[in-house]
Amino acid sequence: MTLLRHLAVAIVVAVILALISVQIGSYRDYQMAEVAAYVVAVAGLTLLIGLSGQISVGNGAFMAVGGYGGALLMIHLNWPLELVLLASVVIAAVSGAIFGVAAARLRGPYLAGATLMLAVALPTLADQYAGVFGGDQGLSVTINTPAFLGATFPPTRWLAWVTCAAALIVLVLLANLGRSRIGRSWRAVRDDEVAASLAGLNVARLQILAFVVSAACAGLGGTLLAVVTGIVAPGAYTLTLSIGLLTAAVLGGLGSLLGAVWGSLVLVLVPSYLTNVAASHGLSGAASSSIPIAAYGVVLIIVMLVFPAGIQGGLRRLFGPAAPAAAVPINVLRRRRPASEHQKEGTT
Amino acid sequence: MQEFIEFGLGGIGIGMIYAAIALSLVLIWRGTRVLNYSQGGMAMFTTYVAWVVISHTGNYWLGFAAALASGLILGAILERTVVRPTVGKSPLNSVIVTIGLLIFLEGLAGIIYGGQYRSFPAAYSVRGLKIGTFSLGISPSDLFTAAAVLAAALALALVFRYTTVGLRLRATAFNSSVARLLGIRIGRVLTLGWALAGLFGALAGVLVTPSTFLYPNSMDSIFVLGFTAAVIGGLDSPVGAVVGGVLLGVVLSYAGGYLGNDLVLVYGLVVLALVLMIRPSGLFSSAVARRV
Repeated sequence: MTLLRHLAVAIVVAVILALISVQIGSYRDYQMAEVAAYVVAVAGLTLLIGLSGQISVGNGAFMAVGGYGGALLMIHLNWPLELVLLASVVIAAVSGAIFGVAAARLRGPYLAGATLMLAVALPTLADQYAGVFGGDQGLSVTINTPAFLGATFPPTRWLAWVTCAAALIVLVLLANLGRSRIGRSWRAVRDDEVAASLAGLNVARLQILAFVVSAACAGLGGTLLAVVTGIVAPGAYTLTLSIGLLTAAVLGGLGSLLGAVWGSLVLVLVPSYLTNVAASHGLSGAASSSIPIAAYGVVLIIVMLVFPAGIQGGLRRLFGPAAPAAAVPINVLRRRRPASEHQKEGTT
Repeated sequence: MQEFIEFGLGGIGIGMIYAAIALSLVLIWRGTRVLNYSQGGMAMFTTYVAWVVISHTGNYWLGFAAALASGLILGAILERTVVRPTVGKSPLNSVIVTIGLLIFLEGLAGIIYGGQYRSFPAAYSVRGLKIGTFSLGISPSDLFTAAAVLAAALALALVFRYTTVGLRLRATAFNSSVARLLGIRIGRVLTLGWALAGLFGALAGVLVTPSTFLYPNSMDSIFVLGFTAAVIGGLDSPVGAVVGGVLLGVVLSYAGGYLGNDLVLVYGLVVLALVLMIRPSGLFSSAVARRV
């Protein structure tokens, strides 16, 4: 039943998005495609942190894996887009599995440190093997609008359709995964590892699986973003990207897929809006490009101090039904301080 | 042979920088179990303060002192204003808040000082030292760097070991509830810990910037390597931070020297992965069991 409900919602949303994309201009279409690509990556990360309780500061690295993998397949093998997207999921999942196995014993800050190093180190490989990866210039990626849409169909609208469709499919799959046995096991592991393993769950395998899922999502998001922007280059996969993904997941509300959408919207729209405002007030180029960065930092701090459950948590508190008592994590009973709010359930 | 010594000494020099960053992280982690991702941003900002003072007065040491003082003040202010409310909540909250601080400081530096690369003076000559015709591969500036970090670390160790303030810091790190019951004002101790961490970060920033130029992201890669050094050392142990920093510096220097400089960060990842596979909580970590 849940599957059917999620599918029905996705189809309705798809129709609405298609209608919107026809109404808006090509720049807005482009932004829509960008948001959808980020949604895919952020959704995987929010699941990893919010459900399985592991932190990754380096999912940008898996986006790079997906982006470069997809670009190479398109350039050298001329694979069609659907196959490239599927392949990039597989490639990123495999790299996530390798990293997940290596990092399975790491906890908290040690895991954060390892993923941080991964995010910084991986893009330097692109410079080193410039013959394959194109060095600083990167590789350019182009896709063609299919012929049946007609020659006058705007390419950005096609991009928006492709990325939104991919994002909706991923969201439906992840929503079901979160409600499945695996999702419940992840929550059990997150709330108490020892209790979970005593109950017969294989903690290490579940944690690696969460890493694989989030890496696969990041890989797909990376390929989609490469298709949207038309280029893969090391400059796109900096630490800033990884931190941006984390920011979006937290802003939206950890563990909430709808929150991933809010977070991605903020990630794409707010910087360009703030840059425009700053530029229209006659600030110099360097200063106006720094204002969104500073504002971003301020927003992160304020959200964390005032609304630790993120946008989706805030919305739920305002409009949603009162949280049932059973949704309070069992930790509350044992610890002096209540567990923070973003550990509450949420796979909306 | 000459190359071997050159790379080794050069590695110790840069390793002391990583050690200073690692020490600043360990100081905060021990007291509050907060990982300060904004440490690199704080160090960058205090280096800008030094740069402003130096370019106005022309006196290097005035700038040096200004950086250290502003590091102390910045650390204390940040702890009191934005970090304090997150202590005791989920660890993710403090991670996000310090990442937010990092982004804010980098953006603020961009707004105030612009994004261009600026050169930053070194205290002493950066020309390599020689014994006869035998080049050592280090400069007086490197010697000063190593000496300054060592002196600061030694002073910290003495404070920890022999003063009342040090005893309070250790007691709070060991068990803050018990320390509070014994009449230690935890809040002040934590603020002091952040201030000291700000000081070490500022020291690292002033010492490393002559070789990297100064711009809003100038400390990013240094911070990541300092973080790696702290994780290798075990996050809990000041000794581990220094050992981890020097170890990482030397290994990266040899790897970069013999295998090529482009992949230094990848070698760093390999070193980190190897250490953590053998000891998942670092070389010198005191915590054997994980709290469940």
